[in-house]
Amino acid sequence: MKIAIPVDEKSLESNVCISFGRAPYFLIYNTNTRESTFLDNSAAESTGGAGIKAAQILVDNKVSILLTPRCGENAANVLKTADVEIYKTQGDSIKKNIHDFISGKLPLLDEIHPGFHGHGRN
Amino acid sequence: MRIAVLSGKGGTGKTLVSVNLAAAAKRCTYIDCDVEEPNGYLFFKPKDVTEEEIPVKIPKVDGTLCNGCRKCVDFCKYNALAYIKDKPIIFEDICHSCGGCILLCPEKALTEKEKVIGKVQKGTSDQVTVYTGILNPGEPSGIPIIKKLLEENIPEIKKTTFIDCPPGSACIVMESIKDADYCILVAEPTLFGVHNLNMVYELVKLFNKPFGVILNKCLDGENPSEKFCLEKNIRIIGRIPFDNELGKLNSKAEIAVRKSERYRTIFSSLLETVEKEVHHETTSDS
Repeated sequence: MKIAIPVDEKSLESNVCISFGRAPYFLIYNTNTRESTFLDNSAAESTGGAGIKAAQILVDNKVSILLTPRCGENAANVLKTADVEIYKTQGDSIKKNIHDFISGKLPLLDEIHPGFHGHGRN
Repeated sequence: MRIAVLSGKGGTGKTLVSVNLAAAAKRCTYIDCDVEEPNGYLFFKPKDVTEEEIPVKIPKVDGTLCNGCRKCVDFCKYNALAYIKDKPIIFEDICHSCGGCILLCPEKALTEKEKVIGKVQKGTSDQVTVYTGILNPGEPSGIPIIKKLLEENIPEIKKTTFIDCPPGSACIVMESIKDADYCILVAEPTLFGVHNLNMVYELVKLFNKPFGVILNKCLDGENPSEKFCLEKNIRIIGRIPFDNELGKLNSKAEIAVRKSERYRTIFSSLLETVEKEVHHETTSDS
């Protein structure tokens, strides 16, 4: 099973990124092999719809679990359609969040925000 | 003759200026291009209103025809398509209706469908023909509505048309001023006002439009926007005072020109100045 986390830098010591769609990298952790790899998020530079493209990248990389502090509506739609489960990270530590997820301590992400399209305009 | 009224931010006085100039001109056309928040109709209270819905073309997918090539997904600059579980998903609210995905699909799995994004209303208020563009909330772009509003009015070229633009200097404003013969920039007497004036000043220069500034909310003492105009050698075509009477009329959605002799005189003389400017520009261009 592959777990994805948006991260600020390509290091396990780095932090969980506050944005999903515009995170610079994703950490992909394979629970079977216990291997960590980092994926460049090419969606981060998008003019719009970054969340959709980021979600597509994760789906294409056969991720089945996403750990993230927040996630927009459109990205969540892509992920749900692909049966990816979304859990809410607690705190900044990447390692601790992976550990907590494996021990069943992370809650499902239930607040899906409507997105920041148009910078807060209605 | 098309006169566009614009400003770098909302609340500067675009609607005040364009509504009152139109009311002073009597037989003319007023077009509210501020489709995200149109408010000119609140002043004109137009009668005999007719309405037309504005559709755009967006893609729809036939999953059975899709071969999974993803050309559509890769092409879309706005990421309005994703490819999940062997078929494309379309995000209608993100689609900008460019039609590229439909052109590229080798299997004709994508076809066009219409989606209504808003409407155009037409009515009359005394002798003024009032057009209002209304974009439905959540739609990404009001440009198709503005195109419709301005196309509609091409035959009426002899009548003066006042275009009440959206605030700012983005695409939607460019679309509104594109075919204007003259641009009026409305400015507030503050440093922030100067910053916003500069945005639209740069825009009209880029579009090579003849233009002039109306200084709104003028008080005694220094006016940073006036100073900016003098430094840049920008023509100031008029001043509107910061005034209780005007504020009260405006807050009751009354048109000052139709209610107050004083403002009828102010806006009539402003209109005369604008007409002279436009005439001067057209003769010096030819």
